[in-house]
Amino acid sequence: MHSLREAIAGFRRAPLLTFLSAGMVALAIFVVGLFGLVAYNLRLALETVEARVEVVAYIREGTDQERILNAEDELRRMPEVLSVRYLSKDDALAKAQAELPEFQQVFSDLEVNPLPASLEVQLQPGSRNPESVSMVAEVAAAMPFVEDVRYGRDWVDRLFLLRRIGLISALTLGAAFAVVATLIIGAAIRIAIFARREEIYIMRLVGARDSFIRAPFLLEGGLTGLFGGVLAAVMTFVGFLVVYRFIFRLEWIPASWIGVGIAAGALLGLLASRLAVGRYLREIT
Amino acid sequence: MIKLNNVSKEYPRRGMALVDVSFHVPKGEFVFLTGHSGSGKSTTLRLIHMAEKPSNGEIRVSGFSSEKTTRRDLWKLRRRVGFIFQDFQLLPGRTALENVAFALEVTGVNRKQIRPRAQRLLSQVGLAPKAAAQVNELSGGEQQRVAVARALANEPVVLLADEPTGNLDERASRGIMELFLELNAMGMTVLMATHDLEIIRRHDRVRVLELDQGSLVYDSAGAAVPAGGAPDA
Repeated sequence: MHSLREAIAGFRRAPLLTFLSAGMVALAIFVVGLFGLVAYNLRLALETVEARVEVVAYIREGTDQERILNAEDELRRMPEVLSVRYLSKDDALAKAQAELPEFQQVFSDLEVNPLPASLEVQLQPGSRNPESVSMVAEVAAAMPFVEDVRYGRDWVDRLFLLRRIGLISALTLGAAFAVVATLIIGAAIRIAIFARREEIYIMRLVGARDSFIRAPFLLEGGLTGLFGGVLAAVMTFVGFLVVYRFIFRLEWIPASWIGVGIAAGALLGLLASRLAVGRYLREIT
Repeated sequence: MIKLNNVSKEYPRRGMALVDVSFHVPKGEFVFLTGHSGSGKSTTLRLIHMAEKPSNGEIRVSGFSSEKTTRRDLWKLRRRVGFIFQDFQLLPGRTALENVAFALEVTGVNRKQIRPRAQRLLSQVGLAPKAAAQVNELSGGEQQRVAVARALANEPVVLLADEPTGNLDERASRGIMELFLELNAMGMTVLMATHDLEIIRRHDRVRVLELDQGSLVYDSAGAAVPAGGAPDA
């Protein structure tokens, strides 16, 4: 009760600074929130794209059917593999004609079918990463009758790199803003401490516990951070709406992410005030 | 109750403030600590209140040792040892009652008990009629009484007073001294720093410790004190 009263008095004493602190926390979390929004949508997009990640093994002309069937079985037994489909030379030509209608004439003029037979290997949802893809590709490439293996390695690698870069930049930028927010909240708490320094001195003199002296400042910092977190959630949502309305449709991030963001704000506020008041209490006796 | 064993205090710039001081104040005793300005009276009181640690030696106060008491445990000592300053150190802009109530509030006394207890403490120091007055409207003597009431809030067993009459006229000084003697008669141990020889002369049955340039040079309980030593108490 005493703590809450004092914390509110603290807000009243320096409303601009409180707002600035909350704003800074909001900005720090907003940056992370925006990147979170991008990362979340990138992940959704990647999941769709990843479903199409496959390994294609082209088969040397004249390989007998039994060896191909054995190879199919071998690949199918790998835990990373979801399905294996055999595409004969004729299937390949039919597929090419269906997918590339503008070359209809070229295909029908052919005297010999130039397209090789192939095995199309689909991967399990959890194994559509660069490591699993190249492992399956290596197994296929090691088969003596396999001429060539394609799996768009660069493409898979790049998608994963993109995701990693997104995450690292969000964390770096977020951390930088968090440091600034901590400093500003610290400054606000130091002003609150300065305004109450006589009281703090007397509290120490008459035997108030440190936890009792700290409580209002922690509450003030925590509430400022919490407010900043909520503000960040609102700002992220506004950002989402703007992109959704005017640029392209994207998905809103899960509620648990927002919860974590707001909690991070409160925690940041607590941490900043704990540091500031701890330092002051060490200075006085 | 208070025991100093070969206590020295050295400040980085000022040099030695206390040199090998030893004395013992038994429970319930009233002691004057005297000496010129800069002789080490305030430093001694600050060390006993554990606002600072000695550079050497050990201080024991009401079961607390300067060697073992951490900053975290300081509040326990502070509730057993009250402190009075020359300049009162009251919260300006608050009433006498609020100043006393503050000490009760911040040490976790039940809200309902705070007001009646603060009233009782002000009555004890003879200031009940001025409870609602702002402290800056009170005379020096009255302000010091508020400070005493506040120091008594946690029912301490020791009272340390640093020149409590230094800012008061003679009449007010006498009043504060009477208050201290009353508290002492009720069993409280009192250690009062003063350079007012008139007060010391008036209370010739009170034990006197004299400091000079950081050394204890006189103890009326054991007459002259050899350098670096104190009589066994």
